[in-house]
Amino acid sequence: MIKHDVVIVGSGLAGMRAALEVCKDLDVAVLSKVYPTRSHSGAAQGGIAASLGNSEPDSWEEHFYDTVKGGDFLNDQDAVEEFVKAAPSVIYELEHLGCVFSRTPNGKIAQRSFGGHSKPRACFSADRTGHAILHALHEQLLKSAKSVKIYSEWYMHSLILDGDRCSGIVVSDIRTGAVEVMQARAVIFATGGYGRVFNITSNAFAGTADGVMSAYRAGIPIEDAEFVQYHPSGLYRQGILFSEAARGEGGYLLNGKGERFMEKYAPSRMELAPRDIVARAEQSEMDAGRGVDGKDIIHLDLRHLGKARIMERLPQIRQLGIDFIGVDCITDPLPIQPTAHYSMGGIPVDKFGQVISDAEGTPVKGFFAAGECACVSVHGANRLGTNSLLDAVVFGERAGKVALEYAKTVSHAPVNESHEKTKVLELFEDIFQQDGGECYNDIRNEMKTIMTENCGVFRDADRLKVCIETIQNLRQRYKKGKVTDKGKVFNTEIYEIIELGNMLGMAEVIATAALARNESRGGHHRTDFPKRDDQNFLKHSLVYPTDDGVEIKYKPVVITKHQPAERTY
Amino acid sequence: MATFRIKRYNPEKQPESYYEEFKLDIKDGMTLLDCMNEIKWTLDGSFTYRMSCRSAICGSCAVKANGHSLLACQRQGAHLVKDDDTIVLEPLGNMKPIKDLAVDFKPFWDKIDKINPYLQPNEKAPKEERKQSPEQFRLIDDSSTCIMCGACYSDCNVLEVDDNFLGPAALAKAQRFVQDSRDGKTLERVRDLSKPGGIWDCTHCAECVERCPKPAQPFHRIKEIMTVALDQGVTNNNGARHALSFTKSVKSSGSLNENIIPVESVGIFNIKGLFDLLPVGLRMFFKGKNPPIFHKSIDDVEDVKRIYMELDE
Repeated sequence: MIKHDVVIVGSGLAGMRAALEVCKDLDVAVLSKVYPTRSHSGAAQGGIAASLGNSEPDSWEEHFYDTVKGGDFLNDQDAVEEFVKAAPSVIYELEHLGCVFSRTPNGKIAQRSFGGHSKPRACFSADRTGHAILHALHEQLLKSAKSVKIYSEWYMHSLILDGDRCSGIVVSDIRTGAVEVMQARAVIFATGGYGRVFNITSNAFAGTADGVMSAYRAGIPIEDAEFVQYHPSGLYRQGILFSEAARGEGGYLLNGKGERFMEKYAPSRMELAPRDIVARAEQSEMDAGRGVDGKDIIHLDLRHLGKARIMERLPQIRQLGIDFIGVDCITDPLPIQPTAHYSMGGIPVDKFGQVISDAEGTPVKGFFAAGECACVSVHGANRLGTNSLLDAVVFGERAGKVALEYAKTVSHAPVNESHEKTKVLELFEDIFQQDGGECYNDIRNEMKTIMTENCGVFRDADRLKVCIETIQNLRQRYKKGKVTDKGKVFNTEIYEIIELGNMLGMAEVIATAALARNESRGGHHRTDFPKRDDQNFLKHSLVYPTDDGVEIKYKPVVITKHQPAERTY
Repeated sequence: MATFRIKRYNPEKQPESYYEEFKLDIKDGMTLLDCMNEIKWTLDGSFTYRMSCRSAICGSCAVKANGHSLLACQRQGAHLVKDDDTIVLEPLGNMKPIKDLAVDFKPFWDKIDKINPYLQPNEKAPKEERKQSPEQFRLIDDSSTCIMCGACYSDCNVLEVDDNFLGPAALAKAQRFVQDSRDGKTLERVRDLSKPGGIWDCTHCAECVERCPKPAQPFHRIKEIMTVALDQGVTNNNGARHALSFTKSVKSSGSLNENIIPVESVGIFNIKGLFDLLPVGLRMFFKGKNPPIFHKSIDDVEDVKRIYMELDE
């Protein structure tokens, strides 16, 4: 059995930021199924929000209101207030750690405009902000190597809960296939999102719901799973991201007729309306046959920005266009479509990252979560661009702090090592032994397709019911698959199969929560209930696992300063 | 139909690697990674490689295609098909394969560790951000785009013969701190980087510039560190002395004085170093390969001197 004071699963911004807190006093392990610098936080492009006011006067109050309005008033406002107040000091701290930022002429951190933010608030490093922060934090982890042990290419299978206390996790070494129990006084999940359940997604192959589903299987609910963000500018067919910074810098969205169609949907903010609104506008245009060449294509036009600005501010985006679709955005518009991007929902936590198991806020002792896998909820029904990196850093730090304090006061809880290990070994063995006729690749493709088609930008009860049935059917077929690679060394196939199992579970949770929410709010839009319904649905959903499926409960929204109002831009 | 000739290796099955061919119809727009996934998901599930973001930012999927390292997700499959309709896929070089195209990155990361890859400011942090001008930012803009994919490390010609060389990625990472206006350890850094295994062991082949999928382009960064090292007066080493002697020789005569450069490179007071040169010198002499004893200037040497003068200005 491997033993550490604190174990962190996931090495993106939230995980590494948490590790930097814990390692001040205790021994910490950071586990990643990739290598830390390969984490998907690194793919974030446009910026990280903070009301520094470096290019225009700004205040936390404005950041607060923009975030709540952007979230369609489902945000817990007590948490949002602390979140936006913490932002400036968090950015300064990243800068002090060595993070590379683009600068204003007078040497301050440069800031640009972003969707839903009323002020230029996005601090950025060209168009690779997540990458810059990820590497800065990784550098600090290397500096703290004495008290941080990094387990790269290890996979987390399950969370060990004993009553209301977490005592560790079960993991395996991808390189050798060895299964181990990791005992810890506290566990922090920073396992990211689950965009991979969709066909068109900006997410890395690693975004497969491993963390969220491990918590769920241990009996912890998933909060607000129905709220998935579709980013307006995914590359046509591929879904990979063209940052919102392209619009922040002044890019236009054009339909097949060459019209700036956002005029009809958000006349005051145009292309810089929040993502849910822009994605729906695009989908509406395409559904009405006004896509480019009649296809599901919208044009992102940057030509008027000129070569110099594109090269300085958006060089990576330009290169992506050239490499992936042969389009140079200096001379031609980029073909885009909405792409599943971010999960507002996740493991329910309080504003300190403590995981809670019900509407009353009962803590799961020793278990913490931060970043995209967690739901605080600061983003409500729709996250504003640049608030996710901030979320990861602010709540990564907080989760690290409270986990450290907790771990200092308790000893390791007992773990039944052989029992826990056996469960995972049996999981492997089951997959190895299965000899059915089903092809996992088909199952994965069918899941992704039905989720994008029936649980995407626009949803309705009929299509969601079909979606749930299809997923349930796929879960049965999943039990009759066949694996090719039966080896132990670096068996990526078996891990993809385990991930598919997690995704099928997650897909069902998302669609079930979406079917239950008979209203339209933020990222969740029901064509059969096109209006927001504060009377009945101003509340967070909590999906629980039960013996015969799922059960949905609800939790009130914390409203402090801003009463729900009509949301127009 | 293209044929993918893939170098397979699975130590659980057999100790030697071998090549296996897969036929695949490369559809319009498929990246090399898409092709690899198609092979894995429809033809052979045991085909092993790393991947994650598929947008050229995580650095997972570097492999060798047709003999050269590249990022599989960044390249269109159809562009890589050779005249004989094949694409040859192999693991990255200069690192040991674990299975198929997945290699052991440990030596790569160990070398990153060696350059103290974190900011070491001299002054206490201010309340707000440290100031850095856009010009100062531009000095570290390119090196900070490195995604640690290992493509440069794989194809580095020095690493092929010298394990001790820090390699292009680590040196590019070093430049990111050497030229960061916020860092306070520039002199210490360039001193360390001037030791054996550091900047002066680069042979300037620029293979890493060819292979780098990002603007990081290590060789250019290595040259920048060299400049800083010389500016800081860190010249008491063979590499710096060689560079200075080289420059001096060209400046004064328009060509290389090959008798003097080796002597000035090891240092004229370095008795042991000079003795080490003797056997090579003698062998050259007996084979008639030694340069003329009296070094002559080229005819247009004044032109060369003018170039130097303009550069100095």
